[in-house]
Amino acid sequence: MRRYRLVAFALIAPSVLLIIVFVYGFIGWTTWLSLTNQNDIIVPQVRFVGLENYIRLFHNLRFLIDLKNTLIFALLFIPGSLVLGLAGALLLNSGIRYEGVFRTIFLMPMALSFIVTGVVWRWLMNPSSGLNLMFDALGLGFLKNGWYTDPSIGIKAIALAAVWQLSGYTMALYLAGLRAIPKELYEAAQVDGASQWQFFRFVTFPLLTPVTLSAVIVLGHISLKIFDLVVAVAGISGGPAFSSDVPALYMFVTTFQANRFAQGGAISIILLMMVSFLVIPYLSWSLRREATE
Amino acid sequence: MRRSRLLTLFIYGSLLLLAVFYLIPIYVLVVNALKDYREVSVEAMWRLPQNLTLASFAKAWNGDPTTGMQGLGQNFLNSVYLVVPAVILSVFLGSINGYVLAHWRFRGSEVLFFLLLFGMFIPYQSVLIPLVKLLMAIGLYGSIPGLILAHVVYGIPITTLIFRNYYAQIPRELSESAQIDGAGVLGVYRYVIVPLSAPGTVVAVIWQFTQIWNDFLFGVVITNKPSVQPITVALNNLAGSFIVEWNVQMAGALLAALPTLLIYILMGRYFIRGLLAGSVKG
Repeated sequence: MRRYRLVAFALIAPSVLLIIVFVYGFIGWTTWLSLTNQNDIIVPQVRFVGLENYIRLFHNLRFLIDLKNTLIFALLFIPGSLVLGLAGALLLNSGIRYEGVFRTIFLMPMALSFIVTGVVWRWLMNPSSGLNLMFDALGLGFLKNGWYTDPSIGIKAIALAAVWQLSGYTMALYLAGLRAIPKELYEAAQVDGASQWQFFRFVTFPLLTPVTLSAVIVLGHISLKIFDLVVAVAGISGGPAFSSDVPALYMFVTTFQANRFAQGGAISIILLMMVSFLVIPYLSWSLRREATE
Repeated sequence: MRRSRLLTLFIYGSLLLLAVFYLIPIYVLVVNALKDYREVSVEAMWRLPQNLTLASFAKAWNGDPTTGMQGLGQNFLNSVYLVVPAVILSVFLGSINGYVLAHWRFRGSEVLFFLLLFGMFIPYQSVLIPLVKLLMAIGLYGSIPGLILAHVVYGIPITTLIFRNYYAQIPRELSESAQIDGAGVLGVYRYVIVPLSAPGTVVAVIWQFTQIWNDFLFGVVITNKPSVQPITVALNNLAGSFIVEWNVQMAGALLAALPTLLIYILMGRYFIRGLLAGSVKG
């Protein structure tokens, strides 16, 4: 038996080694880098500078705007995707005809890349075209706005495109959750004379709570990491007055265009800490839940 | 709980509204990609094309030497050269890992699984600088093999997860009876697990294909020359250029979307299974 285990461990050893080096080793490397003065291609004397790069970030206007944008994005994107996803899933699950066709349409954006989505939405949200033209034609002229070109909107326009792209994800999660509800519950509720609303409120909704939790974690960590979509819609500059800028984009520009490696490393470590804060409790919760089943 | 006619009307009305919302960008993509350049203007975005033409696809693929516009053809092929080996390798590794973690639990295997899974959620920004330095040191920076390496390594967590959950459904008795017949760890994998792997493999292949084909971050950081860039990076450059008409941009976007869109439409069921696997507890 012990020999078997040894062979088994040898089989996953290459992957484990790769993950140790490329994930944990590299994170350690980036962390060390972020604590030094390596803010140029050639630094004559590499020095440990403590938290200097981090402190500088929290006095940097662009980074503060980025953090605020991330928050605004999350506050629009997460509820938007949850509501649309739940509504779509309930509709799809209500015993309709052509369910397959509707489902295929609703989840289709998930198959596209953020870049493709961004290229289309950039034109849809062009102030003199796209949605503004449609609003005019529908007599909804008051809805016209400058979208991502208006500094007071910026990231909110990106959130709209993101909801379009990823609400299908929550829809798929909710749909799987709804399908897992045993038919007997439904029949029992019928016998008890429950209304559809009561059934939803006291049976469906509580049973979907773990699904909602998973969705919030996944959507939340996407909000922290969002990058491609901003680049494709607003461009590498992050829009007028950084109104669409996000930390991931600032990290990219700082590191790979300005060669300020230590500074870029600091941004990425802050991002990593925010993601860990969200994901680590969730991961240990779902693994423990699985173990007890 | 019979449904009133009003409720039925409400349900189908809402379904249609949602369908319109999800189809609007697709409509704009397709309609404008099929237009002649003379028909293209920002005011006419919603109008159907008067003469259907594939000219903008040809231009998006081949480029235009007179304006110096780079076509996407080479980049489409780059993405193919990237995706095929990267998918095969990461799916193979995921299958082995998933088998071990599902059937040969050892002390610490839960912790190991946790450490693997965490790699799926990290912002890749936190590993990019060392990754670039390592690729430079081993001479793979700026090349497709460098990009393949990145996608294989960072694809290990999700493929492992997909296969572990899939193999966990294979009854233990099957592998145990093979062991009694004298099969070792590799024998069980070869004769019991591999023949039952098809559905799980399809899920993992489709998922990895979509992820790698659609990736932008690794592509833009690791490949600096247009001649080796994957299609997402090239499309973003094309769309950011002022000399490119937007019917050509739309055609380029459709070209970039076509492979994953086709797979989704033909094999959507498996795509959604991969999607659900990504939330850890499918």
